[in-house]
Amino acid sequence: MSFHPLMPYGSQEFQRSERTLVSEGEAFTFTPDRAAKLEEICSKYPPERRKSAVLAALYLVQEQQQYITASAMRHVAEFLRITPAEVEDVATYYVMFFKAPVGKYVLQVCRTLSCALAGAERVVETLSEKIGVPVGSTDPSGMFTLLEFECLGACDRAPVVMVNNEHWHEKATPESCAKLVDDLRQRGVSTLTGCHLRVER
Amino acid sequence: MDPVLTKYVREPNSFTLDFYLKHDGYTALKKALGTQPNDVIETVKASGLRGRGGAGFPTGMKWQFVDKKIEPRYIACNADESEPGTFKDHVLMERYPHLLFEGCLIGCWAIGAKVAYIYIRGEFYHVQKAMEAELANAYAQGYAGKNILGSGWDCDIVIHRGAGAYEAGEETALIESLEGKRAQPRIKPPFPALSGLYNKPTAVNNVETLCNLPAIILNGAEWFAKLGPEKNGGPKLYCVSGHVKRPGVYEASMNTTLREIIFDMAGGIRDGHRLKAVIPGGSSVPILLPDQLDIPASFDSVQKAGSMLGSAGIIVMDETTCMVWAAMNLMHFYKHESCGKCTPCREGGDWLWKILSRIERGEGQMRDLDLLVSVSNNIAGKTLCAFGDAEATPPLTTLKHFRAEYEAHIREGRCTVPADWRARTAVAAAH
Repeated sequence: MSFHPLMPYGSQEFQRSERTLVSEGEAFTFTPDRAAKLEEICSKYPPERRKSAVLAALYLVQEQQQYITASAMRHVAEFLRITPAEVEDVATYYVMFFKAPVGKYVLQVCRTLSCALAGAERVVETLSEKIGVPVGSTDPSGMFTLLEFECLGACDRAPVVMVNNEHWHEKATPESCAKLVDDLRQRGVSTLTGCHLRVER
Repeated sequence: MDPVLTKYVREPNSFTLDFYLKHDGYTALKKALGTQPNDVIETVKASGLRGRGGAGFPTGMKWQFVDKKIEPRYIACNADESEPGTFKDHVLMERYPHLLFEGCLIGCWAIGAKVAYIYIRGEFYHVQKAMEAELANAYAQGYAGKNILGSGWDCDIVIHRGAGAYEAGEETALIESLEGKRAQPRIKPPFPALSGLYNKPTAVNNVETLCNLPAIILNGAEWFAKLGPEKNGGPKLYCVSGHVKRPGVYEASMNTTLREIIFDMAGGIRDGHRLKAVIPGGSSVPILLPDQLDIPASFDSVQKAGSMLGSAGIIVMDETTCMVWAAMNLMHFYKHESCGKCTPCREGGDWLWKILSRIERGEGQMRDLDLLVSVSNNIAGKTLCAFGDAEATPPLTTLKHFRAEYEAHIREGRCTVPADWRARTAVAAAH
């Protein structure tokens, strides 16, 4: 079947839109404390510019239910008095918002040049073998999601692994990462090295 | 040169307000508030301070262009540090955040803004949380917010978290993102100085730029200008990463040569290896070869040598680095981060990555080399923002200096420089 009558060539694969719809998900409302927090964030912008808080709102959605759903985006739109399309526009653009369920720990390995020069490719390989899934997927137990990430801005402590959009593990090696997976299972994010600038405090 | 910006960052508790107040904290703000805003702009102009984000545009001039007739005006601080190889602002924000707050407030006083938005990249959430705690202290003790230092002047600082978009580092894209939209650049003109955030006059300044202001106000424009070569005054932070012994952030004057930074400060190339190529200013600038490093690491000198100082993210590569692979790695970054607004950049980046990948896999043909040049030249200069020029750089600069390496890949049908730190599968495929 053709996408357009004047363009009868190309396979179906070629013509398929890459746009994937974000799943509907369960009915969503912010918990009262998150709603209050978002209202406070909105107050930092001019009253008619509540839209500026959309990134903060989506982070709060993610904090509450791990990933973004269509019903959550509608709730955010209502909260900020903008259209659901405006929220979806933003949610699907920024890489730190997950549009599908992810594991309890999302491991994002920096793959850009400085980290790659320090062996990030091997770190990714090791993590993939250890978790047992290819990059971009979640293991069957729902514990780990393995992703590659572009420059995290910590090139002096390369390679860096970011966990759950927040916690850092610096100077990763294939050996330290194999251990990391075991330790995360047992002790959670406290096992990470953290950002050295923070640790030095 | 004694460090100015990073003098205290290694000391315990350097991030606290108490520590900052003990080391001349907020005295520059007090001094600035005692003068007219225009005097501050004149001082900064006389100092010759150039933007530290990459373009090197004079900061005083940028502020002068801000339309003072329209209210309100804004400062947008660019803390979306995401140029590959750059990690200088991170240190300042994490270890010495009050310096940035003071810089923001001096900037706001100069252009008459009532709010400074600090746009910090989403990955720096641990930094943001630490900064917010310190900002609350500054508010509580009257260094920000209402009636600052008893002067009757009000000014707010808001920290705004991004969500992972390299393009948000471009000034108009940053403004779009602050407004709650996709980080995509606007058509210029109008420049942000006339119509920026919420269509109001806005000065977009890098973290390091703003952090230089307190020292300029305290020590004077002449002191600042004399710290470096003509038109390249002041202290500069250099980020050295890659195959050096001591990667890290180093502060020096712009009289310092690239060789001194790489070999003396960062300890030189790791043992048993030799230097192959240096990217002097973040991944978006052309490569310099080992014999081109005896030049001052200043905006003007590096430009004369055929590259750019950019964000001073110096990436060092030794002889084990395959240049086709390096270009492919960076092209993956650019194709991933392209915002998609301009067709040449959105489509071209993907094409370039595919062509580089097949050469690296050993499936390339000689005509691919001309194709790389052709596609690159159809991106550079044909997009709304400088991303297009940045994206075209890795293939063009590696082809210019390492064409023989490309040809060897194609002739032998494999990667001819498979380093032991690359993926095991890639190394196995090359043999």
